[in-house]
Amino acid sequence: MSRVRPPAVSLAMAMAKGFWRDRAAVFFAVIFPLMFLLLFGTLFSDGGTSRTSALQVGDVPLLDDAPPGARGVIAETIDVRRSDDLAAALGEIRQGDADAAVVQHGDSVQLYYSQADPVLASTVRGTFEAIVSSANIGASGQPPQYALEVETVEDETLSPVQYLTPGLLGWAIASGATFGAATSLLQWRTTGLLRRLRLAPVPAASVVTSRVGVSLGIALFQTAVFLATGMLVFGLELTGWWWLAFPLLIAGTLAFLSLGLLAGAVARTQEAAVAIANMVVLPMAFLSGSFFPLDGAPAWIRTVSQVLPLRHLNDGMLDVMVRGQGPTAVVLPLAVLLAFATVLTAVAALFFRWDT
Amino acid sequence: MQDAIAVAGLTKRYGGLTAVDDVSFTVATGEFFGILGPNGAGKTTTLEMIEGLRQPDGGSVTLLGEQPSLRRRSLLMRIGVQLQGSAFFERLTAREQLSTVASLYGIGDSRVDEMLNVVGLGDKGADRVEKLSGGQRQRLAIASALVHDPEVVFLDEPTAALDPQARRNLWDLLQGLSDSGRTVVLTTHYLDEAEALCDRVAIMDRGRILELDSPAALVRQLNAPLRVSIAPQELSAEQAAALPGVDSVRLDAGALILTTRQPEVVLSRLAAEGRLAGLQVHGASLEDVFLDLTGREFRS
Ligand SMILES: Nc1ncnc2c1ncn2[C@@H]1O[C@H](COP(=O)(O)OP(=O)(O)OP(=O)(O)O)[C@@H](O)[C@H]1O
Ligand SMILES: [Mg+2]
Repeated sequence: MSRVRPPAVSLAMAMAKGFWRDRAAVFFAVIFPLMFLLLFGTLFSDGGTSRTSALQVGDVPLLDDAPPGARGVIAETIDVRRSDDLAAALGEIRQGDADAAVVQHGDSVQLYYSQADPVLASTVRGTFEAIVSSANIGASGQPPQYALEVETVEDETLSPVQYLTPGLLGWAIASGATFGAATSLLQWRTTGLLRRLRLAPVPAASVVTSRVGVSLGIALFQTAVFLATGMLVFGLELTGWWWLAFPLLIAGTLAFLSLGLLAGAVARTQEAAVAIANMVVLPMAFLSGSFFPLDGAPAWIRTVSQVLPLRHLNDGMLDVMVRGQGPTAVVLPLAVLLAFATVLTAVAALFFRWDT
Repeated sequence: MQDAIAVAGLTKRYGGLTAVDDVSFTVATGEFFGILGPNGAGKTTTLEMIEGLRQPDGGSVTLLGEQPSLRRRSLLMRIGVQLQGSAFFERLTAREQLSTVASLYGIGDSRVDEMLNVVGLGDKGADRVEKLSGGQRQRLAIASALVHDPEVVFLDEPTAALDPQARRNLWDLLQGLSDSGRTVVLTTHYLDEAEALCDRVAIMDRGRILELDSPAALVRQLNAPLRVSIAPQELSAEQAAALPGVDSVRLDAGALILTTRQPEVVLSRLAAEGRLAGLQVHGASLEDVFLDLTGREFRS
């Protein structure tokens, strides 16, 4: 007698093989989000530290004759190049090749810059105002009365990859679980496999358990790939309670599985199921801060995003994986995600049909 | 012996349409039972109500002495079902497919290879289901229905969409099923298939069973004339019509066709005159039975 696997195990193996052999599914669940991590991670790897590039037209004693100490500070923030022609320098600014041009006539320092990028513009102005005022203080011969000591908070640890890894992982888990459930429910229903399974002596619970198991496996695989890439490629550093991300991603998988079940139960065709899942998951990922922080977003968007399960998954994972927070940070996200899973499953059950 | 299946007054309505209308029949244990009918006759609906997949609006079903129920594990273990259209797990090989189904019935992999051989897929075990031909997929679906050695097997159009050669190959397999004492219920569009395989056939149209008997009895009961065809140069139509025992004569596609209810008289006369070139004799078929019952040609 050969060994017999329990039904839930063999169903899970069948689904896992089906997933693994579906190149498009693997691509969209794992490779595609990973490409975003690599892309964003590389684009923003020197985030914030980029120097302003300025063109110095003719002699500018303000820069040329700065004391050695000040010169070092200037070099850190501005990349100064020389140009002989103001018109050519202004052309470069218009093209975006340089951020500012500076000309000095006697004691008057003339600064040219573009308003196209307001953040850059104010950086350029602020930088030169600071240089001018410190030169004024130097010229007065008085020692400065106030000194500014700076120290950055939190941002010290939250480099772009620290922020991106949990958020993109949240998006990957959400789309993997949602699409997996929606498309397999559709496929099983339209081919009649669902009805065939009903005629087999296995409880529906075994079928559900196997699907949940496969989706959890995929979520764990996504997590392993993301963390490995983040750490090995971008020097991601996890904080103490990072493993609390696991209960979060289990609850998240359940929530998005039930979202996928709902999409699969409502839709009549595979295409419709994919379209519904796309329409929900992608905007949700943007509004939940998967791709960029919501700090700059209007207040109402930040409020609205609180009703999105992915927002809570992302927040929870950020808190425990990179912000150094502990168990209290996962309580609310877990509660919200499990509540979502429960409600969406109940709604999906209302729409559920065994056949087409 | 107890009947494997007993159906009485079975009715199913979809909105205004009565898909199955007051259908009653029994299937004896070990019998090969066919439900024959054109598209939309109600064959699948009838089968699925017997299996317990659909709830009847009226009437009763007894399957192996029980009310069919999807929750009764013991009953599900005793029936095997091939649904219309083949339902498979995506991207699995034939062997993985069968092995997955087998495990649902608590059956190990040793039986899987045996079943693949039984249905003639022994060398296709490593092929993905998507790569199998239509006939091979049907065979795999039948293997999935048989893997737990059920007492009653339901096959919904197992030979649909197969070429004549593949159909005949499958018939051999199906014939073997009831030899081992299994009860088989099969639906089909094909009259010749019902004739070749079934002990008894229910002819179904528009939700009703029009006639139910063995294929031979159905044809006999029709009392249709025999058709004798010979080469047209053997006799003129007038000469043929004048022969004793000939009811009518028709010239058709290079053959002279005589219809008769006294074949012995006609054939011995033709033989005596040495006019038997191109001889073919056709009895009535289920096709004629269907035509007689419905006034329509049978179009599958
Ligand atoms: N779920 C359903 N909802 C509404 N009508 C249905 C449903 N299933 C079947 N019907 C209708 O019931 C009638 C019988 O259908 P059924 O599938 O039983 O026919 P069939 O004999 O199996 O046909 P085929 O040979 O095409 O498989 C058809 O007119 C069909 O349109
Ligand atoms: Mg049918």
